[in-house]
Amino acid sequence: MSASHALSSLGAGDTAWMLVATALVLMMTPALGLFYSGLVRSKNTLNTFMMSVGALGVVTVAWAAVGYSLAFDPGGAFIGGLHFALLRGITFAPRPGTDIPQLLFFAFEATFCIITAALVSGAVVERMRFGPFLIFMVAWSILVYPVLAHWVWGGGWLERHGTLDFAGGVPVEMASGFSAFAAATAVGARKDYGRQALLPHNAVYVLLGAGLLWFGWFGFNGGSGYGTGHPSVLAFVNTLLTPACTLVVWFLLDLLRDRKVTAIGAATAIVVGCVGITPAAGFISPGWAMALGVIAAFPSYAAIVWRPRTRLDETLDVLAAHGLAGLTGIVFIGFFAQRGWNGVANGLAYGHAGQLGWQLAALAGPVYAFVVTFAILRVIGWFMPLRVSSREEALGMDVVQHGEEAYTSGEGAILVTPEGELPREVMVAQP
Amino acid sequence: MKLVIGIVRPERANDVLEALYRAEVRGLSISRVQGHGGELDRVETYRGTTVKMELSEKVRFEIAVSDSFVQPTVDAICEGARTGEVGDGKIFVVPLEQAVRIRTGETDRSAVTPVDGGS
Repeated sequence: MSASHALSSLGAGDTAWMLVATALVLMMTPALGLFYSGLVRSKNTLNTFMMSVGALGVVTVAWAAVGYSLAFDPGGAFIGGLHFALLRGITFAPRPGTDIPQLLFFAFEATFCIITAALVSGAVVERMRFGPFLIFMVAWSILVYPVLAHWVWGGGWLERHGTLDFAGGVPVEMASGFSAFAAATAVGARKDYGRQALLPHNAVYVLLGAGLLWFGWFGFNGGSGYGTGHPSVLAFVNTLLTPACTLVVWFLLDLLRDRKVTAIGAATAIVVGCVGITPAAGFISPGWAMALGVIAAFPSYAAIVWRPRTRLDETLDVLAAHGLAGLTGIVFIGFFAQRGWNGVANGLAYGHAGQLGWQLAALAGPVYAFVVTFAILRVIGWFMPLRVSSREEALGMDVVQHGEEAYTSGEGAILVTPEGELPREVMVAQP
Repeated sequence: MKLVIGIVRPERANDVLEALYRAEVRGLSISRVQGHGGELDRVETYRGTTVKMELSEKVRFEIAVSDSFVQPTVDAICEGARTGEVGDGKIFVVPLEQAVRIRTGETDRSAVTPVDGGS
């Protein structure tokens, strides 16, 4: 078997770590579902969670069909080709530039596209219909994510000019944040937004979701070196340091604002810190990673306090937590990248001003994401309503969209037999 | 002195509270209840089990008021809770024997007349 010969030439340690890292990143999507479902009202728990679960299905299929190829086939400066479409040519042979099988590389990158599409759901929860959202995720994971991944990782124009993005500041964080901004604009606000207090229904879900996201993020950043080399170790450790600093600063900002440290604030801070270090993880020293954690807290905190006063119902603040923190991380690299740590490039503070210029060029990414996301939703909106009626919105998405409830007691539930008729002796489900 | 009991849709509870506030009806308690009126049953499926949900979530308001406040209270609940669809709920007005404010021992009309929180 020629395949087994090829395998023996690959790095066993690198492959082992990447297998684990792939599983870690996959877990982040249900973790995100948990995080998001805690932030919504109880009648929308399942629908919110299902938007993430939906991504596990449809985005993976789209990724295998064309997404991976559009991102990672060399192709042109803007978008990759179709040589890897429908899994063609994705084998045990190493992915060029790595010593792991391309098959594994494909799976690892798939998990990134899945969670990124799921992240956008935070903008439209509690009113967008489930079917159109699945269609949106398929279109988005073909037209938006692979293009931006190609720009920074697949041989696209940003990568060619030396823009650094370790684990997805452009295709994951800024793309999801600014796509969320566009989606909230296209779908519109919830009917009671700005009129009634719409509160998180379970802060424990939010904290546990954030904790699991952080755990998974060690695979996300630590795996983005595609092996067990120094960049991976640096990225892994920075994934510990940056969110810890963001958390501490968030506590202080909460104390200054209201003299109380909040749990949902803490969960948000963990995400913001993880997002901030994502693009920079393998490029800056641990010391600068801690500084980034401090700095990244401010723009996101300010946006989270300010946004609910506007008419923009970007419900779960994806723009603030992902868009802005990702932006901060991308720009931070331009100043504090250090060749002594990353072996690749210096930033402005270490004598290479040009790096900052190409980091700023990456801002084309969020512009592209915003425009194309808005267009996708408008086009879907021509064919079907994007949102439920206001009566259905009041009833709750779980019952209306899924015919289930997250917290059913079973009281008053009458069993329906397969023939569709009530049994003669009426049976009542036991709680 | 009457006890006004309003059973309304959970999603209208905030509107009812707002309407009561505007009508200057202050003292009230609410609870979550399940009930059945004339609404269509919801069908839900959990794996192989399909069920008809006979009971709907409702919110029950209980408001003890002096006689002159009965009509404003009823009007406010109707205004806040009405959607025009089956399932908007019911209001019951029942006579009230006695009311006691525990803090002061005041009874009846003075017990159901709110005082300013600060005084």
